[in-house]
Amino acid sequence: MAHVAIENIRKVYPNGFEALTPSSFQIQEGEFVVLVGPSGCGKSTLLRMIAGLEEITDGELRIGDRVVNDVDPADRDIAMVFQNYALYPHMTVRKNIAYGLKNRKTPPDEIAQKVTEAADMLNLNDYLDRKPSQLSGGQRQRVAMGRAIVRDPALFLFDEPLSNLDAKLRNQMRIEIKALQRRLSVTSVYVTHDQVEAMTMADRIIVMNAGRIEQIGTPSEVYHSPASTFVASFMGAPPMNLIDARAADGKIHLGERAVAEANGTTGPITLGIRPEDLIPHNEGEIAINVDIVEELGAHRLLHGSVGGERVTVHVGKDVAIGTGNLQVGIKPGAISLFDTKTGLRLS
Amino acid sequence: MTDATQIQTAVAAPKRKRRPIKLENVVDHGVLVVGALFMLLPILMVLQLTTVPDAEIIKNGPSLKIGDQFDENFQKAMFEADGFSGANTGVRMLYNSFILGIGFAVGKIVIGMMAAYAIVYFRLRFATLAFWIIFTTLLLPLEVRILPSYEVVQSLGMLNTFSGLIIPLVASATATFFFRQFFRSVPEELVEAARIDGAGPVKFFFDILVPLSRTMIAAMFIIMFVFGWNQYLWPTMITTEEDMFTLVRGIKQMTQVLEGASLPEFGRSNLLAIIAIVPPVFIVIFFQSWFVKGLTESDK
Repeated sequence: MAHVAIENIRKVYPNGFEALTPSSFQIQEGEFVVLVGPSGCGKSTLLRMIAGLEEITDGELRIGDRVVNDVDPADRDIAMVFQNYALYPHMTVRKNIAYGLKNRKTPPDEIAQKVTEAADMLNLNDYLDRKPSQLSGGQRQRVAMGRAIVRDPALFLFDEPLSNLDAKLRNQMRIEIKALQRRLSVTSVYVTHDQVEAMTMADRIIVMNAGRIEQIGTPSEVYHSPASTFVASFMGAPPMNLIDARAADGKIHLGERAVAEANGTTGPITLGIRPEDLIPHNEGEIAINVDIVEELGAHRLLHGSVGGERVTVHVGKDVAIGTGNLQVGIKPGAISLFDTKTGLRLS
Repeated sequence: MTDATQIQTAVAAPKRKRRPIKLENVVDHGVLVVGALFMLLPILMVLQLTTVPDAEIIKNGPSLKIGDQFDENFQKAMFEADGFSGANTGVRMLYNSFILGIGFAVGKIVIGMMAAYAIVYFRLRFATLAFWIIFTTLLLPLEVRILPSYEVVQSLGMLNTFSGLIIPLVASATATFFFRQFFRSVPEELVEAARIDGAGPVKFFFDILVPLSRTMIAAMFIIMFVFGWNQYLWPTMITTEEDMFTLVRGIKQMTQVLEGASLPEFGRSNLLAIIAIVPPVFIVIFFQSWFVKGLTESDK
């Protein structure tokens, strides 16, 4: 358990590419932080810098009270779970889990005890003498977790650990990892490109884009008050509807109709509304021409257009709506306003 | 439908009908048999020559007759020497050949692995250049540089020693190349996981890389052992004392005595030729599966 401080950390590769612009944030003790963003956004680079696998160009990294910029990965008191598990193929599960301890000259009986504890926790007892190639993907993932747990580290790092699993197993492992982290209450940093994983697992989400931190916040904050149009469109499936509108006379105008209150701004504006905040309503302010209905069982997604803009509406399974014209209203207080040019949120 | 009935009859009557002989099978096997004979006949011929007296070989050449000299030839070949010192018995030469083959193979593997490890895993300046320089030495086989090599070995006083026999040959572009390709295919995450697990470069090499390369090492060992065993030119130059002769080099010495009144000992040298074939053949047979595995797949 440790507090992690990242201060103005920056990464520039030898070829001059700046993978991470100076970024700062703090991670509290026992907190589960998820770094999320599209591929190439710098999230893995940041994680690998925390792990010590990538050099830090500028800035300061503290784990606990120690500045670890120049500390070897093995001495940073961290454990890492890799995307492709990175198990040693020639070692049994037991040896895989014990290898890190053996290298730190832990006494054999203590190793044996720790391995047993970890195996109990992860239901790996029956597989301790197997080789990784004889295990399923989920089991391998557990072994990788076991290898991390026995180290009893101050910080867990996860690098897209679930992306090699099939969808069903991923849901299950997601819960297992989260439960395990709760139980051990080890500070964790988790990298993923899957916004569902980020939403469900995180205490706090850090949304990244193009080497920059776009927003830091709880899942609910990130979802309901995205800091930029990027966050709005990246988080949530389907993403937030972003519609070009115009603010004038204290109102937001979509075409000729005023659809919401504007908070003091005038001129062109981007209006963001979550699909579930558009409610079919005969006197609704917005007229949508629905052309596709996606049937998802528990609910339906209506895809249509307003003027030239594509819009998605999320309705419950009991709302019988087909294609054609649809009037929708906006749930009060559920809109986000963004600057059209910069994409930043207007408070 | 036919499948179903076949299964039924098979179940009902365990005595399977013999499969009809297909023409293509006959042709396939014909080709294989002819090929096998083509490869085997010279060896069988040599074997025949080891059973008849030397005088008869001079008179008649190879024949179909199987004589009674095999035991005697075997005795002579293995335990008698033909030189002045009496040191170059078959057993001694066999021993020397084994030392050369094993030393050559092990040396090449060790050097090749270490070179490849340095090139692949350490951020050296000019690592790629170094690799290509090593690689171009494939264009400079021993035969091209034999005079300078001899001069060096000679001036270091390593003539007629095992180290002189082996060391100048162990630097190997082939082994370095194969191990480099193999190491590059080892996932990057494995290195990183090992780093986080506290394994330094030496530990990583011995704990992770060497065990992973098992099949590769076995494959290289077979190739290099046979290659070393069959070295002829280098041992001929380096070894002048008879107790250092290797088999391949010693056999040649035996047939060179067609001067004066003595007959060359064909029976004996032919038998030694056969004996010289046996160890490489056995190594290949026993390690065959490893060999294929090493060159085609890996258990990463």
